[in-house]
Amino acid sequence: MFLRTALLVLKKDFAIEVKTLEILVTTLFFAVSCVLVFSFAFVKEGQAPPDAAAGILWIAIAFSGTLALGRTFERERYAETLRALLLAPAPRPALYVGKLLGILVLLALDALILVPLIALLFTAPLFARPLLLLLLLAGGTVGFAAVGTLFAAMLIRSRTRDVLLPILLYPITVPVIICGVRGTAALLESPPDETTAVMWLGILFALDVVFLTLALWTFEPLMTE
Amino acid sequence: MSFDGAQDGSPDFDSVRLVDASRHFGRRRALTKVSLTARAGDIVGLLGPNGAGKSTLIGLLSTIVAPTSGEVRFGNQLSRELGAALRQRIGLLAHELYVYPELSARQNLTFFAQLYGLNADAVVTPALERAGLGDRGDDDVAGFSRGMRQRLALERALLHHPRLVLFDEPFTGLDDSAVRVVSDRLRRLAGDGSIVVVATHDLDLADGLVTRVAVIREGRLIADEQASTGLRARYRSAIGGA
Repeated sequence: MFLRTALLVLKKDFAIEVKTLEILVTTLFFAVSCVLVFSFAFVKEGQAPPDAAAGILWIAIAFSGTLALGRTFERERYAETLRALLLAPAPRPALYVGKLLGILVLLALDALILVPLIALLFTAPLFARPLLLLLLLAGGTVGFAAVGTLFAAMLIRSRTRDVLLPILLYPITVPVIICGVRGTAALLESPPDETTAVMWLGILFALDVVFLTLALWTFEPLMTE
Repeated sequence: MSFDGAQDGSPDFDSVRLVDASRHFGRRRALTKVSLTARAGDIVGLLGPNGAGKSTLIGLLSTIVAPTSGEVRFGNQLSRELGAALRQRIGLLAHELYVYPELSARQNLTFFAQLYGLNADAVVTPALERAGLGDRGDDDVAGFSRGMRQRLALERALLHHPRLVLFDEPFTGLDDSAVRVVSDRLRRLAGDGSIVVVATHDLDLADGLVTRVAVIREGRLIADEQASTGLRARYRSAIGGA
């Protein structure tokens, strides 16, 4: 029942996105613009400052993720469909997981474009350790989206939700972003510092466990008016 | 109509009762010590001016809003004891229609049918026919008129044959023929053993439809009586000339 509900919510969000392409296009456009602006600012004669690529990758993911979170829940607010979801005889945390999975798919598609683009523009060896990079991206986006999905759902009835979401989200997810940046920067060293990257990865997954547990635990009471 | 919940194990009940239920939002008292019972076969009209607390009361009955104090009992059990399965027996149609405009009518009903654990193939097409949308089922809801959306939302709310049917201003934006269709549907639901609660401030539509009247003003229940003719005059006397 739990997994079936989560997958139903994911499938519904996917069906809407396939029809409109609204969130995918806006987040990708924003993320790519962000990377291009940074590349014009930082890359001089084909050389970027050390670690810049790692920071810019995670900034682009965090900013476009915030945009995606806001838009995803704006859809549920428009016809108050979040209430219809909450009225269903399904475990409410399953609704949270469904929405979280949708955000993760969007962020994965963003990363799929961003990583090669940053590797190209910043001449960064992002593909030197592809598995470790993949794990860092997975861990970072899960941690960021776990908190973001909870906050975006919580703020759906707030008139100032667009302002409040980043204000609440970024301070809490700073540890996730730092782990992602430092882990990715370790992979960009020559030769790649795998030990340091694995250490940051471990912290990242520990944060994921904490954030996911807290979000699943608090979703139902927070969503009951 | 059958109440399928009896087979699926979801809790059934033949009455719903608010006992001294209050709901405060910060310092604002939306409802204060409301006690009200609705039984199977009743069509309870919740009447009152805007901001009286009708929607909050509907929210309490739907389990979306938790009472600050007091109880909501379904049969003999508290709502919090019954858990998620209780929601299998509750249907809500609110002023906001709870349908996705980006999806087609069929996609909307299929999604909600699956969410309620129903066989979508068996229930969606008949529901579209009842809504008069048999030939528009694959069109996006965004292109529908308010009346068409309202009919679709009605079918969405009733797809799972709920025991407790909650309607919050169900006649908003409907033309006369659509109002008749919704009214007839409400009577049939009550006749089949549903508990129907309708929040409205349209006294003309409520008159002759509801079997009991509960009048709310400033969050307090000020009248709860059997319906009879002359609803407007009695409402005015209860509300104080409003």
